[in-house]
Amino acid sequence: MTSSDSKNNINKNRQTTRWFSNITILRESQITKIHYITGVSALFVVAIHILMRLIMPFNMSLEFENVILNYKNIFYALLLESILVLIAIHGFNGLRVILLEIRQTLIWEKAVNILVIVAMIGIIAYGTRTIIIANGFSVG
Amino acid sequence: MKIFKKEKRRDIKNNESIETSNTTDNTQSSVKLRVFRINAIQDPKDGHHFDEFQIPVKRWTTVLDALLDAKSYQDSSIAIRYSCRMASCGSCGMKINGIPRLACYTKISELATNTITCEPLPNFPYIRDLVTDFSQFFNHHSSVMPYIQNKKADIPDVNELTEYEQTPEDLDKFLQFSYCIKCGLCYSACPTVATDLKFPGPQALSQAYRYFADSRDTDKSNRLKVIDTSHGISRCHFAGSCSNVCPKGVDPALGIQLLRSHLLGFSNSEKKIAKLQDRSSSNSYTAEEEGEGEGKGYTEKNENYDK
Repeated sequence: MTSSDSKNNINKNRQTTRWFSNITILRESQITKIHYITGVSALFVVAIHILMRLIMPFNMSLEFENVILNYKNIFYALLLESILVLIAIHGFNGLRVILLEIRQTLIWEKAVNILVIVAMIGIIAYGTRTIIIANGFSVG
Repeated sequence: MKIFKKEKRRDIKNNESIETSNTTDNTQSSVKLRVFRINAIQDPKDGHHFDEFQIPVKRWTTVLDALLDAKSYQDSSIAIRYSCRMASCGSCGMKINGIPRLACYTKISELATNTITCEPLPNFPYIRDLVTDFSQFFNHHSSVMPYIQNKKADIPDVNELTEYEQTPEDLDKFLQFSYCIKCGLCYSACPTVATDLKFPGPQALSQAYRYFADSRDTDKSNRLKVIDTSHGISRCHFAGSCSNVCPKGVDPALGIQLLRSHLLGFSNSEKKIAKLQDRSSSNSYTAEEEGEGEGKGYTEKNENYDK
């Protein structure tokens, strides 16, 4: 990398960063705080989830009827939903952080943010749909 | 008595070893100096190569001395940036045998090898040979506003100038970070800077903390806003390489973590460090002060500071 290359990169970044410069929904420190909180919380709920597998023989716990029964227990369904939400937020933010380091233009940053939020909402919606269907409610 | 004898024997052995090393001081040995050569401005398409020089060295010869020897007597076209030769100016930073160091502060004898490889600092654009472009580094440095901002200070009116007093305790909060000589070694060792050009780097972030922690500064919120971006302080992976290579013991990684703890709302770590510093300093003055009010001043001041 030469000095002229770096100057060109900086100029390109400046050109592409003029629009979409003042919109901030969450500051990075707030996102980091959410990332830490969801990470620690997910650790607890996943631990409970794994411990619940041990109340009966492991193979039995994964049988269809038992899984459906788990979904029909409202507390367990809420636990699964919280795992889904916490891990989706934590995981997709981690992915976002990795992707942001690959390129430094604001267009890339915006695209990554949108993609990650859409994917996160999509995964949460799909998982929630599964929990709802397993409870006997029909969707669509 | 036996212990005394053992110690005496050890002293005699030490003296002997010093004498033998003194006799070897006068005998000149030589090392192979490999210097990275590139001319990125005139021939940007040409790749780099290494030139080798055989340099006579003594025990106290530094890498900078060796480079200047090669420049004086073998190849005057070698480009090096240097000034003070005493690790104060931070000009002669380069990668020596794979580690970013100051050439004037690195003795060849401590490298314990006969081949010394000098390369330009990583994460900096090349200009020529061992000289790199620091403009991006200084842009990041200036972006964190490395100066005291005090709204009460009335600088244009000389008659209104007042002295801003600072207690030694307040000074201790940032003194370590003010020893930075801007040599760029931490910046070159940072793995985040290697992938993210917008990341301010350890030097700028530790300086942000240095002014943030200064009791005379009143614009702390603005200072935090500058570094609290998507490519800001949160991108630090805490590899700790910056603190490993710092020649002045600034420990930029500590500054980054302290600043981050403030951003996340956990400022107790700073109080703990202040208490530890207080304890270590008070231990040396116990005879005079006899532990009177130990650490009290720090905690009270820190509480006020956090508010």
